Amino acid sequence: MWTDIIVILDATFRISVPFILAAMGGIFAERSGVIDFGLEGKMLGGAFVAATVAHWTQSAWLGLLGAIGIGIVFSMMHGYASVTKRGNQVVSCVAINIFAMGLTVVLANAWFHMGGQTPQLPKGARFLPIELPFADALSEVPIIGDIYSKLISGHSVLVYIAFLAVPFTAWVVFKSSFGLRLRATGENPLAVDTTGISVNKTRYQALILNGILGGMSGAYLSTAHLAFFVKDMSAGKGYLALAAMIVGKWRPYPAMFACLLFSILFATKDKYQHEMQIMMQGIVPAHLLNSFLEMSPYILTVVFLAGFVGKAVAPKAIGQPFSKEK
Amino acid sequence: MNERRTETLVVTLVTFTNLFIAFFISGVVIWALGEDPWFALKTLLYGAFGYDEALGYTLYYTTNFIFTGLAFAIGFHCGLFNIGAEGQAYIGGLAVGLICLWLENWPLWLVFPLAVSASIIFGGIWGAIPGYLKGKRGSHEVVTTIMFNFIASVIMVDLLSHVLRPDGQMSPESRDFAERVWVPQMHEIFEWFGIQITQTPLNGTFFFALLCLILVWRFIWYTRWGYEIRTVGTNDTAAVYAGISVSRNIILAMALCGGLAGFVGINEIMGSSHRIMLNFQAGIGFTGIAVSLIGRNHPLGILLAALLFGILYQGGAELSFEVQAIDRHLVVLIQGLVILFAGALEHLFRPQIEQFVRIITNVEKTEQAVSPTVNN
Repeated sequence: MWTDIIVILDATFRISVPFILAAMGGIFAERSGVIDFGLEGKMLGGAFVAATVAHWTQSAWLGLLGAIGIGIVFSMMHGYASVTKRGNQVVSCVAINIFAMGLTVVLANAWFHMGGQTPQLPKGARFLPIELPFADALSEVPIIGDIYSKLISGHSVLVYIAFLAVPFTAWVVFKSSFGLRLRATGENPLAVDTTGISVNKTRYQALILNGILGGMSGAYLSTAHLAFFVKDMSAGKGYLALAAMIVGKWRPYPAMFACLLFSILFATKDKYQHEMQIMMQGIVPAHLLNSFLEMSPYILTVVFLAGFVGKAVAPKAIGQPFSKEK
Repeated sequence: MNERRTETLVVTLVTFTNLFIAFFISGVVIWALGEDPWFALKTLLYGAFGYDEALGYTLYYTTNFIFTGLAFAIGFHCGLFNIGAEGQAYIGGLAVGLICLWLENWPLWLVFPLAVSASIIFGGIWGAIPGYLKGKRGSHEVVTTIMFNFIASVIMVDLLSHVLRPDGQMSPESRDFAERVWVPQMHEIFEWFGIQITQTPLNGTFFFALLCLILVWRFIWYTRWGYEIRTVGTNDTAAVYAGISVSRNIILAMALCGGLAGFVGINEIMGSSHRIMLNFQAGIGFTGIAVSLIGRNHPLGILLAALLFGILYQGGAELSFEVQAIDRHLVVLIQGLVILFAGALEHLFRPQIEQFVRIITNVEKTEQAVSPTVNN
């Protein structure tokens, strides 16, 4: 039982990384008053660029840099359309998601001819698990040893970055002066403008952070979780992250816990699918159970969004382009 | 030239400018891949129109896009962003297929209206649930409809691989329907009038799609329900003061969206494949967004835009066949660009175009004012 818990939590951490990174990115954008349904596209674009660059340069770090680059490009496209040109933000997000869906497959097929896949990355070109110091020495110690050496140690560096991104986001949003401007821009842009701070500049700064985190979440999928990119690899994870952010009421720590909740669901499903089938034998057909487990994260997202777990109040100025003339 | 005609001219020019930019960028992508954009365009157009069969396929795809374009447009008039046409078409198609399997001994003139109703009900419910959640609980329809696409996909995989698949068959598909309940194909319809045309998947559903265009046009602009939906979409606060229920109209609009998306099943399942297949709706729902936005959410515009995307789909298939470096998904990329430029950045060049139109119309006016004196 104890080892099972460790195994499940270990898997939960690994699964939760893209959700957490994307959700933190979403917090920056939406706290500044820009809707971001485009996390999905940034994740997909990031995954593709990371895998491609890592394949060409044989360096996972350069891949990560590329992913961050594409994330920023997408979020600047979104910024130009929705902040500068004051277009419909939701339309812009959907455009980016569909554009990313097409672009990644077109480029993957043109460059690699593998049906929308990129070549498998060798060990040197992807993020490998790192052993934290003393992990071996402590592994014999009961409980603490298990937790330290099996649960905390032995993940890829991006996992640690993701969990550091949460206190970082919390600090920036709630403790730094930039965060104060950011939140004010999302709640009452006119007031921010009267103090002489540029609303649009603040929104662009938020979008850059959003692009960095969104691209990183994609890089994790293709250079740490798996070792290649496949078509439509994000599979709705960007939307799930968005839902987690909303359930977390646009706050970093609650959003992180919502992400962990999704992930523990995935992890439990992977681990216990077979046992559950045996348990439910004769009551529910196996395929029905599998399908139900398969769709449970999506149903959970809908339940979350429907506010059955508390009412979510978005930043007041969200989705409204700012104009001084008004 | 009066105000309204000037506005129409501006809108038309803006639309074409936006389309041009989207295609230009796609051309740059093709060029960056090391191919010749002009050759690509020629291949694409030949693939879409060059021979009888190509034209049939083009119109066959157009039929699908009319349905999903309308499915997006009704929601948009209500201020909703329905990106769930994909799942709604899937579930609506399931209903069409079930009716065909169940009543395959009945005559077509009875089965067809029943299949239409069934797809309205199934697709409608699949749209109405996110509508309800939006209207009553305020959950954003973009996320919920996407989730419903995923849920629909899981349900269909389950049904097709375990329930509807006949014993002894490997592929996850239902059995074929009896020929009696197939929608007549276009070459058969033409044969009734003694005209010979090439056999393609194009079928009678095309006429049904045209009928839907007219019905939606009447519905949105000439009925009370349509008026209420447009009011909610334009200003929901004003709608409340006018005694119009916002949530009721949101649910209604989403249900109608779902129903219209479900008709994809009539074209694909009843008209072409004649059995329920996996992913028959793939990509059609998302294309509807681009179709509706570029068609400015008006049935006439949707017809033209659906034709455009029909050309892109059929021509794109030919292109990816001819040129190895270009993938079918280029169409998806173009869709993304079209949505960006025709949707989010629709006013990018509007000021310049408005000025241009003003200059032209002024020139006309001065010419009219001047010319009589010249003649005298």
